[in-house]
Amino acid sequence: MDIRLEAISHAYGDTDVLEDITLDIPAGRIVCLVGPSGCGKSTLLRIIGGLERPGAGRVLQVGAPPEGCLNPLTYVFQDFALLPWRTVRGNVSLVLEDHGIRRARARDIIDDVLARTKLSDFAGALPKQLSGGMKQRVAIARALAVNPAVMLMDEPLSALDSQTRELLMDDLIALWTRQPFTSVYVTHNLAEAVRLGHRIVVLSRRPGRICEVVEIDKPLAERLYADPDLDDVQRHLWELMRDEARAAEEELIDV
Amino acid sequence: MSDMTAGPRAPADPDVPAMEVRFRGGGFAPESRRWVGVAVFVALIALVEWGTRAGWISPLTLPRPTDVFGTFVELWNSGLLFKHLGPSLSRLAVGAALGASAGILIGVLIGLFSYVRAGLVPLVAALFPIPKIALLPLFVIWFGIDEGSKYALIGFGTFSPTVVATYGAVDNVDRSLIRMGQSFGLSWLSIVRKIVLPGAMPGILSGLRISLAIAIILLVAAEMLGAEYGIGAYILQAGSLYDLERLFAGVVILSLLGLLVSATIAQIERRILGWRT
Repeated sequence: MDIRLEAISHAYGDTDVLEDITLDIPAGRIVCLVGPSGCGKSTLLRIIGGLERPGAGRVLQVGAPPEGCLNPLTYVFQDFALLPWRTVRGNVSLVLEDHGIRRARARDIIDDVLARTKLSDFAGALPKQLSGGMKQRVAIARALAVNPAVMLMDEPLSALDSQTRELLMDDLIALWTRQPFTSVYVTHNLAEAVRLGHRIVVLSRRPGRICEVVEIDKPLAERLYADPDLDDVQRHLWELMRDEARAAEEELIDV
Repeated sequence: MSDMTAGPRAPADPDVPAMEVRFRGGGFAPESRRWVGVAVFVALIALVEWGTRAGWISPLTLPRPTDVFGTFVELWNSGLLFKHLGPSLSRLAVGAALGASAGILIGVLIGLFSYVRAGLVPLVAALFPIPKIALLPLFVIWFGIDEGSKYALIGFGTFSPTVVATYGAVDNVDRSLIRMGQSFGLSWLSIVRKIVLPGAMPGILSGLRISLAIAIILLVAAEMLGAEYGIGAYILQAGSLYDLERLFAGVVILSLLGLLVSATIAQIERRILGWRT
């Protein structure tokens, strides 16, 4: 299933945050949205998943979601959004219960996604016992449990320290290599973008417009830590963004 | 910095004065001191006992603690204690259960629906400051002089603080969790049942602590009219006769009741709120 954005614009009150965004998100690819802070990339992600209504334009799902898909557009949030009163298993089962999946069937799905995110040994733990990286892996497991057509990832690694971030990037690449998924990945970290993105969309400062779309052909599995090929791309992205980022940084916040 | 990594450490120069860094990070962190509370109680009671025996506290100001204890033992032995305690506890239980459950229900509705909030928050704010004791005659007319008026008084008294605590607790539920529930397509009822209510539980329980203390206060007021037995009736009777020993025995029972309620809630919190960090 593809996602097509047609001329999306959005404003909060008098402040325009997004302007005329037209974009295709092809199935089986990871599209990274990067841009200076406050450029509306998270807003765009909320619009794509239907959590916010765009001021103008529309989001289309092209084609049918894959078989057994419970929730086509599924988010992974920056702050994990785990229920603190449920165990790891309970947090995953939360999203299955509403679809009437219980007992043995639920157990199979939960065991499978926990194994894929290397959490099998922690099924009975409460979120307060987990490190940040493990919490985010639980959130990823929960997202995988509904077999999404598109994963909408909102700065999923931004709340983690840099080593955990590297480890989780490796995990995400391993997950994608095993079973390619479609994803829109919002980040302000260019290293993440060049590591995980097949296509990188650079947004301008507010109001967010598409500056440039960069394609990286190198397969995900071959991209390494501090890869020289990726460095060039990353440098190019930074050239694009530097002035915008500085201007955004010096702006007064009046929202 | 560079010579720290370069080689072995230079020998300390004895002429340069060296001073250990003074620790200054202590205090400002509450620690558990289990027996201090008991010690304060014991010390206070001992002080009063000594004062009344030595004569610098006249028996008209304060009764002697041992006499109060004697009265309590007498009350126990004669079986009157349970004759008083029974009706009081059932009034407390029924009144507080009615008031608290109605309060939680209305509080959750206020938290969930804007129309209910707009309609009821001003009403609750208007009801809250009314001393419910002043309404006792009204309750007697509405609900009869028997148990009805007593349940109503305690119920209304616990209702408004519970409502305020509950809708505050619902408002404070982490919005990002609700958004997560919506993003996974959970039904409205599931979000309320699995995210909003458990998330509001800490706030509801701490509100319940206050409401139940108020219920105990109102218990005495409820037994002002038309009650033959009951701790409140017992205290009021003793008070009107200036029988300080019996008055204090009754007051001690109320205090113990308060401690019991608070300990029960603490136990419930430990049981169902173990997930809190």
